[in-house]
Amino acid sequence: MNLQLNPDGSLRHLLTLDGLPRTILTHILDTAESFMDVGEREVKKVPLLRGKSIFNLFFEPSTRTRTTFEIAAKRLSADVVNLNIATSSQTKGEAILDTVDNLAAMHADMFIVRHAQSGAAHFIARNVAPHISVVNAGDGRHSHPTQGLLDMFTIRRFKGEFHNLTVAIVGDVLHSRVARSQIHALTTLGVPEVRVIAPKTLLPTGVEQMGVKVYHDLEAGLHGCDVIITLRLQSERMKGALLPSAQEYFKFFGLTPAKLALAKPDAIVMHPGPMNRGVEIDSEVADGPQSVILPQVTYGIAVRMAVMAILAGGTTA
Amino acid sequence: MKIHIRNGRVIDPMNARDEVIDVFVVAGKIVGLGTPPADFHANRVIDASGLVVCPGLVDLSVRLREPGFEYRATLESEMLAAAAGGITSLACPPDTDPPLDEPGLVEMLKFRAKNLPGPRVYPIGALTQKLEGKLLTEMAELTEAGCRAFTQADAVPTDPQVLLRAMQYAATFGFSLWLRPQDLSLARDGVAHDGAVASRLGLPGIPALAETVALATILLLARETGARIHLARLSTREGIAMVRAAKAQGLAITCDVASTHVHLSENDLVSFDSHLHLVPPLRGLRDRDAIREALRDGSIDALCSDHTPVDEDVKQVPFGESAPGASGVELLLPLTLKWAREMGVPLIKAIDLISWKPAQILGVPGGNLSVGSCADICIFDEAAEWVATPKTLASQGDNTPFLNHSMQGQVRYTLIDGHIDFEFAH
Repeated sequence: MNLQLNPDGSLRHLLTLDGLPRTILTHILDTAESFMDVGEREVKKVPLLRGKSIFNLFFEPSTRTRTTFEIAAKRLSADVVNLNIATSSQTKGEAILDTVDNLAAMHADMFIVRHAQSGAAHFIARNVAPHISVVNAGDGRHSHPTQGLLDMFTIRRFKGEFHNLTVAIVGDVLHSRVARSQIHALTTLGVPEVRVIAPKTLLPTGVEQMGVKVYHDLEAGLHGCDVIITLRLQSERMKGALLPSAQEYFKFFGLTPAKLALAKPDAIVMHPGPMNRGVEIDSEVADGPQSVILPQVTYGIAVRMAVMAILAGGTTA
Repeated sequence: MKIHIRNGRVIDPMNARDEVIDVFVVAGKIVGLGTPPADFHANRVIDASGLVVCPGLVDLSVRLREPGFEYRATLESEMLAAAAGGITSLACPPDTDPPLDEPGLVEMLKFRAKNLPGPRVYPIGALTQKLEGKLLTEMAELTEAGCRAFTQADAVPTDPQVLLRAMQYAATFGFSLWLRPQDLSLARDGVAHDGAVASRLGLPGIPALAETVALATILLLARETGARIHLARLSTREGIAMVRAAKAQGLAITCDVASTHVHLSENDLVSFDSHLHLVPPLRGLRDRDAIREALRDGSIDALCSDHTPVDEDVKQVPFGESAPGASGVELLLPLTLKWAREMGVPLIKAIDLISWKPAQILGVPGGNLSVGSCADICIFDEAAEWVATPKTLASQGDNTPFLNHSMQGQVRYTLIDGHIDFEFAH
């Protein structure tokens, strides 16, 4: 049984891009396209989700993702409640299910969930009332489907097609839910070559079974790429004996103008944010002409509007 | 009490017996097979037509949760559940609260268990004080109090010097050490087998190396010290190969696996069901298949339930936060039978793995149906089908990955010391 699909194959929850059919991915991207101009209107709102209550359930702190979900929901005219559970009831020892049940009793229609544990969104989705949809806004190392989708949206906007691309994901794939979502989306959408580039300590066991080519040398891995996605490197990785220092990481895996020059001349550079300048990416690249990092953020709103609209049953702007 | 078990198919691996024959029990002993002793007048006749009569099961790992975890399960509930599973003797690990590291605690547990219906309870003592892996327990005193062996529960002492000395000390007295080969440093933060599935699901991994590195240390030290070692809960193909090789070289070791690991693998984790959060973790399909084969060829000596009842609250959380373990005393028999059916293994061989073999490892009476031995007997219907649900399971822990699964093979009677401690109510 697929938890995130209805029996008729339509989307019930958005928990992961792993196993999601290409038609659904494309439908979300097309719907997002139709929402692109809403942000440029004088009245930045459509009434699609009027009267719906959307709860941002963040068991792990986040500003950026929560804000873009909030903006997206408000542009759809939904009522949005933000709950930073990391700093409220969880510290009082309330169980997740009690929190979820309490909010359901307040007639919630949708939960946007972020949690430090892989599988948390699945867990909540399995336990919510039938009328509530769950959107995974990041669970542990597992999945961050809306980020994966907005990255696909960005690639499609700048590159048009997927079937002729070489995409490289550089950095801490091991701990990255973003990378996993990107890999599933890219392979589903027909990208013929997806590469991951990282030291052996930052790659999950058997990552090649997700359909990627593994590189440990940045220069070799970037050669001929159309899209380069750099991942954020958390400073705690140095503590777990995974890396000696941020400096050494930057020297071998940081994206500098010289390294970028090895990719195709029209390659685009992406980053899910927030960036560590001088660790995984040089400022000159981050702010340079090939960077599409800021458009990613803008597109994120349209993509999240599309996801919420589809889950709530309405899809036109 | 005189009991006549009539017309059952008696399967007794120790005596290589598999035939339809009557069994006669008097005052806790088996007094006759086929023909009753003189002056035998049964108080009770059990019609075992169409049923299998075998030695009561001996389970090498059953957590009874006392002392300290009574909210998860009680001695009463779990001993009844074990009897319902056909188990007549069980070993309980020392990871209680406080741990079983003092003779007084062991005596208390034995005393409590003795006054309750259900299996014979054999405590396994803590190898180190408070299970901290630093100071040895009073193993000789604990043995006098009733401990059958010593263990560090779910790991080996992280300090190899402590392990070496524990083996030397145990070897001095001939005590047995039960060690679960898991290197805690390599397993740190992990919740699932470090393989393609955990990578995909983003679950922190426990590599097979956590088992094999610990195993290498144990085997080297065992060779050096001559300590009696039983390896508990093997989970990897490589680990099994190491044990097989060590046995071939003449090292006197035994080992067991949990019945869950005979049937499940990492592939079952895709739903993030926390009932599949087990220690050791469910490994790859090739590991599972190696376990199934090693049970057949005798490289693995015994199957146990590794019964770990927990309350639903600690399972109703995301996978990585959930308490590991599965309840299993009532599934040991059907899961063993399932393996035997699927592998084409004769029933007598399957029963050997859960009765005579573990009785020898534990060093206790039972596990056979010889005339003169104690009347610990399990009578079951090999064909009966049932569904594992909180209603059909007597254990207080409903935490099994086999919940709502169909089972084949069901216990009808459990005799312990010649008493009918469990009788199936239709």
